[in-house]
Formats: sequence, C-alpha cells, structure tokens
Amino acid sequence: MSTPTKPKERSLPKIELTDAEAGALEFPDSTSRSYNYFTPQKMRATTYEDVTVDVQPDPDRYLTQGWVYGFANGPGGFPVDWTELKSSDWHEFRDPNGEWEQTIYRNNANVVRQTQQNLENAKRANVYSNFPRGWVKFLERNLGAWMHAEHGLGMHVFIAAQRNAPTNMINNAMAVNAAHKLRFAQDMALYNLDLEESHIEFDGQLHREVWQDDPVWQGVRKNVELLTAVGDWGEALFATNMVFEPLVGTLFRSHLVMQIAARNGDYVTPTLVGAGENDFARDHSYSRVLFTLLVQDPEHGEANKAKLAEWLARWVPLSLRAARELQPIWSQPQERTITFAESLEAAKDDFRTMLDELDLPEPKELSE
Amino acid sequence: MSRQSLSKAHKKITELSWEPTFATPATRFGTDYTFDKAPKKDPLKQILRSYFPMEEEKDNRVFGAMDGAIRGNMFRQVQERWMEWQKLFLSIIPFPEISAARAMPLAIDAVPNPEVHNGLAVQMIDEVRHSTIQMNLKRLYMNHYIDPAGFNITEKAFANSYCGTIGRQFGEGFITGDAITAANVYLTVVAETAFTNTLFVAMPSEAAANGDYLLPTVFHSVQSDESRHISNGYSILLMALADESNRQLLERDLRYAWWNNHCVVDAAIGTFIEYGTKDRRKDRDSYAEMWRRWIYDDYYRSYLMPLEKYGLKIPHDLIEEAWNRIWNKGYVHEVAQFFATGWPVNYWRIDAMTDDDFEWFEEKYPGWYNKYGKWWENYNRLAYPGKNKPIAFEDVDYQYPHRCWTCMVPCLIREDMVCDKVDGQWRTYCSETCAWTDTTAFRPTYEGRETPNMGQLTGKREWETLYHNQDLADIVTDLGYVRDDGKTLVGQPHLHLDDPKKMWTLDDVRGLPFPSPNVLLNEMSDSDRDAHVAAYKQGGPGGRPAKAAAAS
Ligand SMILES: [Fe+2]
Ligand SMILES: [Fe+2]
Ligand SMILES: [Zn+2]
Repeated sequence: MSTPTKPKERSLPKIELTDAEAGALEFPDSTSRSYNYFTPQKMRATTYEDVTVDVQPDPDRYLTQGWVYGFANGPGGFPVDWTELKSSDWHEFRDPNGEWEQTIYRNNANVVRQTQQNLENAKRANVYSNFPRGWVKFLERNLGAWMHAEHGLGMHVFIAAQRNAPTNMINNAMAVNAAHKLRFAQDMALYNLDLEESHIEFDGQLHREVWQDDPVWQGVRKNVELLTAVGDWGEALFATNMVFEPLVGTLFRSHLVMQIAARNGDYVTPTLVGAGENDFARDHSYSRVLFTLLVQDPEHGEANKAKLAEWLARWVPLSLRAARELQPIWSQPQERTITFAESLEAAKDDFRTMLDELDLPEPKELSE
Repeated sequence: MSRQSLSKAHKKITELSWEPTFATPATRFGTDYTFDKAPKKDPLKQILRSYFPMEEEKDNRVFGAMDGAIRGNMFRQVQERWMEWQKLFLSIIPFPEISAARAMPLAIDAVPNPEVHNGLAVQMIDEVRHSTIQMNLKRLYMNHYIDPAGFNITEKAFANSYCGTIGRQFGEGFITGDAITAANVYLTVVAETAFTNTLFVAMPSEAAANGDYLLPTVFHSVQSDESRHISNGYSILLMALADESNRQLLERDLRYAWWNNHCVVDAAIGTFIEYGTKDRRKDRDSYAEMWRRWIYDDYYRSYLMPLEKYGLKIPHDLIEEAWNRIWNKGYVHEVAQFFATGWPVNYWRIDAMTDDDFEWFEEKYPGWYNKYGKWWENYNRLAYPGKNKPIAFEDVDYQYPHRCWTCMVPCLIREDMVCDKVDGQWRTYCSETCAWTDTTAFRPTYEGRETPNMGQLTGKREWETLYHNQDLADIVTDLGYVRDDGKTLVGQPHLHLDDPKKMWTLDDVRGLPFPSPNVLLNEMSDSDRDAHVAAYKQGGPGGRPAKAAAAS
C-alpha cells in the first residue's frame, strides 16, 4: 500500500479580474468590430470573407514595401502576369461555396463517412458477388482508369494552380478543388481495394495497364497530362473545369456511370461517383463565377473573351477526341440503357449552356 | 483503421500515380538541387479517408472551446498586456500558414516521389485549415475583447507596417526562389521543425497564464498537424542528402534559413513572451530557458546533429551565436525596446513595465536593469500626451537604429552591425550572417558554382525610406492606424482606455519629421559615414549612443 506523499508545492497563476470584455468601456473604436479594410460582397461580411480576404497581400492594395523575395528571373509574390487573363480587380472574386476550414472538413468528412458506410454495408451484404461479370469488368477497367485522371488533376493541376493566382480567394478555391479531386481518387482506389479483397474475380492491378495502354483511355490520359503541363493557372483552370470536366468528366461520371450502374445491380458505385459529381458541381460553380467576372470585366472583358476563345480552340478538340475515344466502353456492360451518342449530346448541351452564359463562341468541332 | 489495413490502403493509393508519356507537369519552380540518384524515402502514411474525420473532430473541439469561452466570459480575466500583442502576432501568422499551402507545389515539382507528393498534398489542406482557423480566432478576439482597434485593420496593417514586413519573410521565404531552399529547408527543416515548437507550444502556455485559453486550444490543434509536415520535410532532406552535389547547397541553405528564422522568430515570439506577460512567477521559464530546451536541446542536439552522419553540414557556429545573442547580447530585450520606441506607428498598445516586471527580468537575466531599466522608466514617464512628445522624439539616451537589409529587424546589437556598399547602395546588416545572406547566398553563383534558381532579396526593404522626413501625423494617417473618431491613434504607450486625456491623437504627434537612417547614410560623405558607423558600433546596450558620438 502506498502512503500518500505531500504534494510538492504547486505553482498557479493568479486569477485576476481584468474586465477586458467588449463593452466594458466606451472610447474611440470601442464599437468598430469588423474587418474594415475590404468591401464585403453583401451588407455584412461572411465568416468566409473575414478569414480569407487580404490574407494574401497585394502591392496594388496595402503592400507598400512590395514583395521582399523575388525569383531568380522575376518578381516574387503572386504576379498578375502568371495568367494571360486580366482583371481590373482580381479581389472581387468570392467563392460561391464560401470554403474555409469548417466547410472543408465538414463536407469532406461527411462524404468519407458516407462512402465508408456504404462500402461496409456492401461488404457485409456480400453484394459484389451479385454484380454481373460484365459490370465487374467495367469497374475493374474503367472506374479503375478514371481514378488516375482525378488524381492527376488534383495533384498536378489544382495544387500547382493554387500557388499562382493573385488573390487568396481564388487560390483557396483551387486548393479545395485539389482536395476534392484527391479524396475522390482515393475513395475510388479504396473501393478498388475492397473489390480486390472480396471473393469475386477482380484484378486490382489491371487499372494501371488500362490507364497506361488501353487505346480507349489514351485520349483521356493525353488530355490530363497536357493539362498538367500548362503553366498559366487561368488556362489550366479553364481547360480543366470548363472544358475537360464538362466534356469528359461529366460524360463519364454522370452520363454513363450514374445512368447504368443501378441497371447492373450496383447501388454502391453511384454513391461514390455521385459524391465526386457533387464535388464537381461545387468546383464548376466557383469556376463559372470567376470566368463570368472576367468576361464581364469593364476594362478587359473583350480581351479575356478573345483569350478564352483561343483556349477553347486549343482544348475543345482535345477533350472531344478523348470523349469519342471512350465510346467503346458504352457497350461493355451487359445492361445498357443509354447510347454513347445520347450521353455525348447531354454533355455537349451542358457545355453549350455554359458557353452561352459566358458569351463565348461555340467552337466548330462541337457540332461536328 | 487497423495498422494492417492502413498500410494496405496506403499502398493502394500510391497506385494512383503514373509515368506520363504525352507531357510532363510544367516545371514552374526551378531548383538547383538534383534528385536523380535519390533513393525514395517515405513520410508518415496519410490517407484522406481517415484524415478528414480526424480533423473535423479536432475542429469540433476548437469550436466548442470558442463557444465556451464566450459563454464563460473569458475576457473578464484576460490580460490586456497580452491581448495587445496578439494584434501583431495574429496579423502576421495566417500569411505564413497559407504560404505553407502555396509552397507545396514547389516541393512536389522538385521531388520525384509519389508518396512524398501525397504527404505534401495533405499538408496543403492542413495549412489552409491553419490560416483560416487563426483568422477566425482573431475575429473572435475582435468581437469580444475590450479594444478591437488593430484587430479590425489586421490584414491591411500586416501589409503596410514595418513589423508585418519582418514577419512576411516567414511566408514569402517558403514560396519564392529555389524550390528546395524555400519549401524544404526554410519552411520545413527549419521553420516547422525548429520554430513551431516555440510558436505553438510556448505561446499557448504564456497565453493560458494570461487568462486566454483560446489561443492554446487553437494552436495546439494546429501543432498536432505539424509532425506530419516535419516527416514530409525529413523525407525530402534525406533524399537530397543522397546526392553529393546537393550538400554544398544544403549547407548554404541551412545557414541562411537557420539565421533568418532566428532573427525573425526570436525577435517576435521572444518579445511576446517576455514583454507580453503579466505572470511573473519566478518558477516559470523565461524565453531563453525555453529556447535552450526546445531549440538547442530538442532541435539542434536531437534532430540536426544525428543528420551529420548522412553528410549534413550543420551550422554549429550559428546555433551557438543565436544562443549568444539571446543570452548574452540581449537580443529579445533590444527588440522589445525597439517595438516600444516605435509605438506611434504600431497597431497595438504596449504596456509599461512595472517594478514586478523589473524584478523578474533581473532574476531571469541578471544585469537587465542596468541595461534597460532606465529606459523603461522613461517610457512610463512619457506615456501620456500633453507635456512631451513620443519617446522616440525625446532625449532618453536612445539612438534610433539602422535596419538590417536582410532580416529587416534593426541592427540592435550595435557592435555587430556590418555596413557595406552592395548593388550600388550603402546597406546595413545586423550581423555577418545577414550580410552574407545578401552578398553571397542569394546570388546566381555560389562558391564558384552556378545557382541559376536561387532567389533574390527584393522590395523596399527599409520601411523608413517610404516616409523619409515626413511628418509623423501624416505617416500614421497614411498607414490608417487611426481610430473611428478620426484622430485617436490605434497605438498607445499604455493601457488606459478609461481616460480620453491619456490617449494620443494625431495632433499630439504632428510636427515631428521621421527620417530614414538608410537615406541619411547614403547621403553622407565617405569619411562621415566611416565615422558614423564606427560610432554606431560603439553604442549600446539598450540603444545608448556611444559617448563620443553623444558629445558631438
Ligand atoms: Fe501550419
Ligand atoms: Fe505546417
Ligand atoms: Zn539581420
């Protein structure tokens, strides 16, 4: 039995009532309780705006001493000429999703929890063994290939881009976009692992070969790799979220997988891919807001439109080719409910609506 | 997730990367380092499926604490002396955090290792978290602390003040110049591994001692992400060391990064902790004591020294000299005195030191009173407007210092100042190492080897130059550090909000031209400059002008 020892003398801070609470006194500024160096979009600043605006300083606003580090061959900081697009006020952009710390973790934690639950239920109910063989092959090859596209865009387009734009609002939106892509890619990879470990015939390594060599997927891979090679962050964002995603990403996720999975007895894949599609809806939304601002810019609107038209001419043919090369996978599953032509038309329709919104010319390849 | 399924899951997600054949990612950020021969070293395993819920859980605890603090009227017990310094600290730190996020593609471009890429991607998300959660903490302070002035102009003040610029290096330094110098050596190997300990562990304990338990909640939550970042950086460092040709660059970068971090972080955090606290219990550690334990023992002896066997050249001399500056040369005290000298152009209030403070300083830093005591007594005497000017414009045996061209903290240890004509301009440096950083390290060649990717020091580095000889009232107006009555200054050399007569206004600081020491230095003839520099180096401690110079 241990004998109680006298505790050694403890050192505690003195409690002191300071009354340093808001409202305790009246004096100049005693009620000036808002960040007053920027104009909120609406009457009152949102939490998102408060925690985001001007955290990345700008020599055109308050940064009087300028950037204190430079690159070997040019200025440091966030030079506006890192994109060919121009704005009379880059700081006007606000993320319509208002992403900051709390929304990022809430949303993504919800998605992974839901995904994980679905996958566990599926495993427990042994549903994979009821998937038709053709559908399993489809997942093995095509969902397997697609996860590379998501990962590559997250890692080498969006993470790169979030270093480069002139404001914190734009860069944070792209950082969250990167997080979505990487999480979605990992969700698919871990689903692939589940299928591999279930007792059905499933080759968990095949996805690499399909992505790297299957002719059906080379157009997509080429498009993705070319996107990672773009240095201009504005072009990378436009060509990814406004061209590749609507014409290839949505085509595959929404207009194929989401349409046919249920018919093949699969309720698991749509929840997973649906989460990815929902991410894209958010990411598409901030991109549209940004590009709308740019084409409507009082000073640079016309020049920006011309630039975007040039980029459309460069990227639309590539993405359409990637889309068309995917055509054979529409006939792989046993249960088909939708033709490639129907899917592509649906994707093109959405794309046309967007072009219309931005008042951009329709590239001729679209109706070929 | 079990350990086994974690490592399987982790192995699976590494299958997501591939060797591109049509085009390779744009190399936007160059480096002079090479990784061709590097064996792959992997960081801690990180999977987003477990990451997001884990962080959400941490967040919930933070937000719960915030609600609790408001409901529990935390601000009735918070020390104003402490909270005022948070106006400076929290104006600076969200930018370094977000810069760390922006730095990740620099490292990803440079290092060919998909596992490291995954770790860096997660770090990017963490850093967005850190930046916005800190902005949100500051917003809560603005809403609930008695004096919102300074919090309400926070990011503007960060961008246009001399202190913001000092802090901004710790941020811009992560994202500019050679990708590995910036995103690995400066950011991770030094800033995160060495200095987040003092930032995010020492600061919270001081906050708690001053009645603020929200800062500890937020910063411990932030700090808990840091071991993953340190592990990312360590993997990259080991990969870099595998290639002999990198070792010379690593030696250069470690010298630069260590010294710059010391100059900047110890100046700021040292001041917050030593001069921002009201808790003078003598059994608590001083900043110097904490530094000795966390930086000298934990970082230098336990982290850096073992890397010597892998060929890392460690700047032993600079670690000893940093300690020497803190312990023998009064670095932190000199900086605090400088901040207080410049109070009219600050956006926070600085409390005077009392007898209790004097006693504590003398106990912790024997000899303190002889060096700094008189000046702080003068600071107290000159705290209110009416009969006197701000202390910088009164004769209190203090020579306004030259600024270090490199670290932008003034040359406060007077005998160490270096003056040199560089790029056609006379510049002053706080130390030999800061001079070397500008003249030797940040150049396109280094010890005869081409370093085409190395960055450069840019910008209007001496803040005073912007306002040379302008009237102090106009300067403060231009900065926007004026309260909503249009005349009362945000900065004050005391904490008395209760008496309007004690609050300094623009009228009280009018008619005082504020010269730039660097402009004056460049206007001097060679012989005058030599004499001036020689006299300057005779000055101190505590900013005392040299006897002979004072007489002339
Ligand atoms: Fe951080
Ligand atoms: Fe970090
Ligand atoms: Zn220096």
